[in-house]
Amino acid sequence: MTALPHGTSPAAAAAAAAADEDDALLTLDDVVKHFPIRRGIVIKSEVGQVRAVDGVSLTVRRGETLGLVGETGCGKSTLARCMTRLYPLTSGRITFDGHDISRLSPRAMRPYRRQMQMIFQDPYGSLNPHRRIGSIIGDPFAIHGVADGPERKRKVQELMELVGLNPEHFNRFPSDFSGGQRQRIGVARALALRPKLIVCDEPVSALDVSIQAQIINLLQTLQSELGLTYVFIAHDLSVVEHVSDRVAVMYLGKVVEIAERAALYSTPRHPYTAALLSAASVADPDRAAVRQRIVLHGDVPSPIDPPSGCRFHPRCPKAQEICGRVQPDLVPVLADPPKHVTACHFPMADGEKLGPAPAEPADAHPPGIGMR
Amino acid sequence: MPLLEVRDLTVSFHTSDGLVQAVRGVSFDVEKGHTLGVVGESGSGKTVCTQTLLGLTPGADVSGQALFDGRDLLRMSPAELQRVRGARIAAIFQDPLSSLHPLYTVGWQIVEMIRAHRHIARSAARARAIELLDMVGIPQAASRVDDYPHQFSGGMRQRAMIAMALALDPDLIIADEPTTALDATVQAQVIELMTKLQTEFDTALIIITHDMGVIAETADEVMVMYAGKAVEKADRRTLFYFPHHPYTKGLLESIPGSTAAGERLRPIPGQPPSLISIPTGCAFHPRCQYVMDRCISEVPPLFDIAGGHTSACFLPTQILGLGEDVDRERASAAAAGRAENGAAARLAARATEEIETAGVHLPDAGVLAGAGMSDRSRGPRTSQNSPDDAGTQP
Repeated sequence: MTALPHGTSPAAAAAAAAADEDDALLTLDDVVKHFPIRRGIVIKSEVGQVRAVDGVSLTVRRGETLGLVGETGCGKSTLARCMTRLYPLTSGRITFDGHDISRLSPRAMRPYRRQMQMIFQDPYGSLNPHRRIGSIIGDPFAIHGVADGPERKRKVQELMELVGLNPEHFNRFPSDFSGGQRQRIGVARALALRPKLIVCDEPVSALDVSIQAQIINLLQTLQSELGLTYVFIAHDLSVVEHVSDRVAVMYLGKVVEIAERAALYSTPRHPYTAALLSAASVADPDRAAVRQRIVLHGDVPSPIDPPSGCRFHPRCPKAQEICGRVQPDLVPVLADPPKHVTACHFPMADGEKLGPAPAEPADAHPPGIGMR
Repeated sequence: MPLLEVRDLTVSFHTSDGLVQAVRGVSFDVEKGHTLGVVGESGSGKTVCTQTLLGLTPGADVSGQALFDGRDLLRMSPAELQRVRGARIAAIFQDPLSSLHPLYTVGWQIVEMIRAHRHIARSAARARAIELLDMVGIPQAASRVDDYPHQFSGGMRQRAMIAMALALDPDLIIADEPTTALDATVQAQVIELMTKLQTEFDTALIIITHDMGVIAETADEVMVMYAGKAVEKADRRTLFYFPHHPYTKGLLESIPGSTAAGERLRPIPGQPPSLISIPTGCAFHPRCQYVMDRCISEVPPLFDIAGGHTSACFLPTQILGLGEDVDRERASAAAAGRAENGAAARLAARATEEIETAGVHLPDAGVLAGAGMSDRSRGPRTSQNSPDDAGTQP
């Protein structure tokens, strides 16, 4: 299985063709991130690898929001941390604003860190409870030596005002704020150095619906005012549909489909995309009653030993013999425009209905051991 | 007669910070074979409400009545309650990993649960456990029955919890956020399983969730809770298409992708109140665009609207539904109930403005100046002491 090629060169070419070259802010080319599994106490030996991200190529264009969806354990958060170089890459290349940043040392990386920031899921876990929020938001200024003393305070208060916090609350602690307000603090910190790219990893998942809407609107307003580019990771498909210009779908460490939002939601080509979209809950009783739900059987296999060929084949209703052998390339299918790419041997035609999935996967992998 | 009849349930806790009024006079019925959806934000009292029925809120001050099959759950002795709990009322909780003991096999836990209530042989109970796991769709149930919880995936654990809940053929299942910790595809499987088993066994179900999508798919009747009170009760279609209470309307309009939400979401301004210092009058009034003078001083009772639809709001009962036309009617009805420049008028103006600007205050200069953005048009500024800040008071 390890001998299988990653099948990326055509995919990379397609991804590059899909995006307007000049417009690319961030380009990933065959990015791989494996985590070693070690056994032993004194003498450690590597017994395997978690193939969290296994050959991802995609482009983020200037000013757009790229949505990234997939289930728990598909590698979307690992990919986000690779994008911002919080993890070193196992292999592959990342180009940010025309510069190859994939092998830069931490010191050489520093100027780029100013330009790419992250917002995390848990607004409490990402704020130090013993520090005042003024100094938390001011950290980026201190680390990058941008502003000092009263000037730093003034800038912090302006940021707080920008994200809808009361600047007079400068001296309070994170525990004095509610979940939505803590997420605003996270947004303020991310904005401090005027980044070009913000990677949002599940920024609203921990919030109540009404508060979630406040943060989504805030992110959208900031994007149009400040010309930001977002990578927006979420497992909630309706949130991703609402915010994204383009959407990439991940399954077991690989991107299976990328398309513009409307195309992806109306004519999904990959059976996994179709199943995922059909499973999303709809807050509308009449629509919920008529929709055809494709219920997938089994669980996501373990990324330690992913299925051969197309990784979705053991659960795919359309799988045939070739799917278990040959990994499909991420290319335009069925006369799709170049910007809609799918990695599937038997993509779904317009209006096609998926049959029931195989009840028991043919070559059953132990479901999801070690996941979650 | 309804299977469960809760009347004026009130639950409060004494804490070092003060009295937490978690549930403030909630009444509802659950019919045999029906599903009641309870929806609300965190801190609305929805979980406390049902845990109290099961005797799982020790130390709380509880009053009211909860007749289950004619007997009051709140006045049962611990031994009596023990016989009801698990056997006749089962519970499924949000996090299946913390509801299962990590050191015992899944099968052992199901067997133990059966044998706690029924005098049957261990082998018979084990056979029943395998049968149940098979019924909820665990593959190779006969061998997986000896697995430990960590060997199950999240979806399988929740299935195991459902199997355990069904083990003694209960009359009522209380499912508290049963799918919140699960992925969309697994959530779809679990919901499908629950509704299928419910029709098969004619079990009554209370589903507690913050996800309107889950409600839309499962509930027959829906109760919306806010700050410890039921603010609106209706059947599912009425609630989604003809809501009366501004809070229900706000919840529906905040959901991305729902018909109610447009290109830009319309969030509810501000934060849910602390249950220690609940606002006077209608607890929702500081966040409501349609606040009237009487909302600040009087607590609205649940008004009858039509055929079982009730709403705790002073707005005229004929103004129902979503959309701009209805919103205009609401606004003019609310304006008629406000003195000019009174407290209610100021609150309403602030709430409306905050919905429109979504809490974005662009500064006059400074941070953005260097980025060449200083001459961008600026959004309207809202008051510094927006209701958003209300939650920050320690």
